[in-house]
Amino acid sequence: MSTAANPETKPAPPPVETVRIKVDGRDIDVPKMMPDWQGKLQPTTMLQACSLAGAEVPHYCYHPKLPIAGNCRMCLVEFGTPMMGPDRKPVLNPDGSSKIAKSVLPYEPGTPRGAIACATPISPGMEIYPGSTATRQMREAVLESLLINHPLDCPICDQAGECKLQEYSVEHGQATSRFVETKVHKPKQVDLGPRIMLDDERCILCTRCIRFTKDLVGDDALGIVNRGSYNTIASFPGRTFDNNYTLNTVDLCPVGALTSKDFRFQMRVWFMKETKSVCTSCATGCNIVIGSREDRVYRYEPRQNDVVNASWMCDAGRLNYKWIGRDDRLAAVRSSRTGARSWPAVLSEIAQTLRSAPRGSVAVIASARQTNEELYLVRKLATHLGAMTDSVPREGEGDRFLVNEDKNPNTNGARLTGIAFTEMGIQIPKIAQAIRSGQVQTLIVIGEDVTQHGIDSETLAKVSTLIVSDILPNETTRRAHFLLPGCAHAEKRGTFVNGKGRLQRFLKAVEPSGEARPEWEFLKELVEQVVGPTGYTTIEGLFNQMAKDVPAFAGLEWAGIADLGVNLAI
Amino acid sequence: MTFTVPSELEAELNELITHYPQKRSASLMFLHALQEHFGHISKEAVEWTATKLELQPINIWELVTFYPMFRQEPVGRHQIKVCRTLSCALGGSHTLHKHLCSRLGLDSKKHGIQTTQDGKFSVEFVECLASCGTAPVAMCNETFHEAVTQEKADAILSECR
Repeated sequence: MSTAANPETKPAPPPVETVRIKVDGRDIDVPKMMPDWQGKLQPTTMLQACSLAGAEVPHYCYHPKLPIAGNCRMCLVEFGTPMMGPDRKPVLNPDGSSKIAKSVLPYEPGTPRGAIACATPISPGMEIYPGSTATRQMREAVLESLLINHPLDCPICDQAGECKLQEYSVEHGQATSRFVETKVHKPKQVDLGPRIMLDDERCILCTRCIRFTKDLVGDDALGIVNRGSYNTIASFPGRTFDNNYTLNTVDLCPVGALTSKDFRFQMRVWFMKETKSVCTSCATGCNIVIGSREDRVYRYEPRQNDVVNASWMCDAGRLNYKWIGRDDRLAAVRSSRTGARSWPAVLSEIAQTLRSAPRGSVAVIASARQTNEELYLVRKLATHLGAMTDSVPREGEGDRFLVNEDKNPNTNGARLTGIAFTEMGIQIPKIAQAIRSGQVQTLIVIGEDVTQHGIDSETLAKVSTLIVSDILPNETTRRAHFLLPGCAHAEKRGTFVNGKGRLQRFLKAVEPSGEARPEWEFLKELVEQVVGPTGYTTIEGLFNQMAKDVPAFAGLEWAGIADLGVNLAI
Repeated sequence: MTFTVPSELEAELNELITHYPQKRSASLMFLHALQEHFGHISKEAVEWTATKLELQPINIWELVTFYPMFRQEPVGRHQIKVCRTLSCALGGSHTLHKHLCSRLGLDSKKHGIQTTQDGKFSVEFVECLASCGTAPVAMCNETFHEAVTQEKADAILSECR
């Protein structure tokens, strides 16, 4: 349930004009107009109508988010339209129903002539036969043609397991090949760009990659060169295919022609676990799927969410996962005071320190890369201790497509939970000053190297108690009196609020290294020891409690966020 | 080496653009004109054309690689085109092609246009030259030759200087 919904002021939606057609003999009313790749209403196509009727039409070149090309021919279907008499009135059957003229070859009336479902609009009374024998034969013939020069190197192909050629061959292909001639050989291992490798022999020339980079990214870099069976996808000689969205062409490629240099030959796709998550590289919060196996992350892929990232993500965000598995990850909890090396001992030592700290002598800097739940717990702690709080702003370059200038994934979350003000970072100089003046004795840092962000090591040395949680070692963690190893987003569950105020949740893909624990777990224990009982043990319970306490999340429940998130009324 | 188009040619091409509702429609005419002037279409010529027509080089490169008549590399001073479409093929165009190649020291089995080492002659097969009744036919530069026997072929070669 979206909290942004405001039913009173919304005009009633106009009635949708429908058209009655038949799909495989079943009547169905479908909208006359449906959104095209840009969301503009266009006459409904046979493919869209079949999809509404529950009959999936196989396709390669068609993609709902790309302009229609109609070149692969895989979506050919047999169809018919109401027969018209010389008086331009429908010819009726004895039972009063419209007589249907099936589309046939003009010179061979016994042979059905299919139409490409992706680009043919429906008309009233039309009958589509996606399940007919003629349609099946058309699919067989198209697949046979597509496989003529295909190398069939599936055993070593990265696409194997998620390849539309394989899938459609199983569903619609023939068991034997009639091709006895020599296959045309085309360039292999073409270095298309810094992140993309192309195998032209596997390519079926669907032009999805060309259309994506031209029409969505605005970098008209790819084309088809040469002629006939020598057709190949290429960039202009000497120019590389290098924009921040090139890796989306790897997802778009229905076959194994375009492969990611980062992922190729790393892992067979069927071994990987897929976890729904959110990209943390900027405030856009692109929805992603994390591919992992045995607690190692192998790739990020965009996950469709039409209100956030459609089906895309930027290359920089996609490749920003390697730090999760770094060897130097902080893996041990420690107290340099007593030498304690277990979570219970270190946490109770911290709790003791905090309980005895005079009000106002504690300050907190918590990263806007932490989850709402964690920041909410930090806020609880800070309120109890009368602590100043802030987060670190992280500005960078943005673009007009998906990249946000704010490189923190949860800037809005930090504001809504009350950790940071609208102008993030405004408190940091004050905290630094309070440390230098001796007012602040205890500093809690969650997920930031503050020596890089306004509190230099000299100032940091003045703090008598430095409590630090982080993922990777840095100057702040080295100086910590209490070190609490935390988790990457891929290792825990939680929620972020993206730059446009959409609350999105992410799930756990892999186990953290060593003794590292999700920050919300140990923060909850600290809150219980310092502030008082919390009454929940799970992230669900924590979120639901937060929703009761934080006005922006009012009325929400963990389960209600679902996979695609909800817009907050902020 | 920088690519420069003489000002008269550029003026001619600028005028050409005005013939079409869209700039890109002039692409093929540009390529013909550039090939006529430079003898072949270099990568620089492709980039120059793309800039002139407000396109990306790949858009022009698709055309250049599609049509075999566009030369991507320099070819011989005299270009001999032998027709190999049905009537000429039946009328002995392959024998004619082989004869020309062996006279010029070229490999008749190689695909595409062949050029002698001295850069004087190029020989290639082309599709129909539209004179099926007088097969085999060939063109030497802009001159059309009908019923080309081996003797006639030798005469054509010796006329080229």
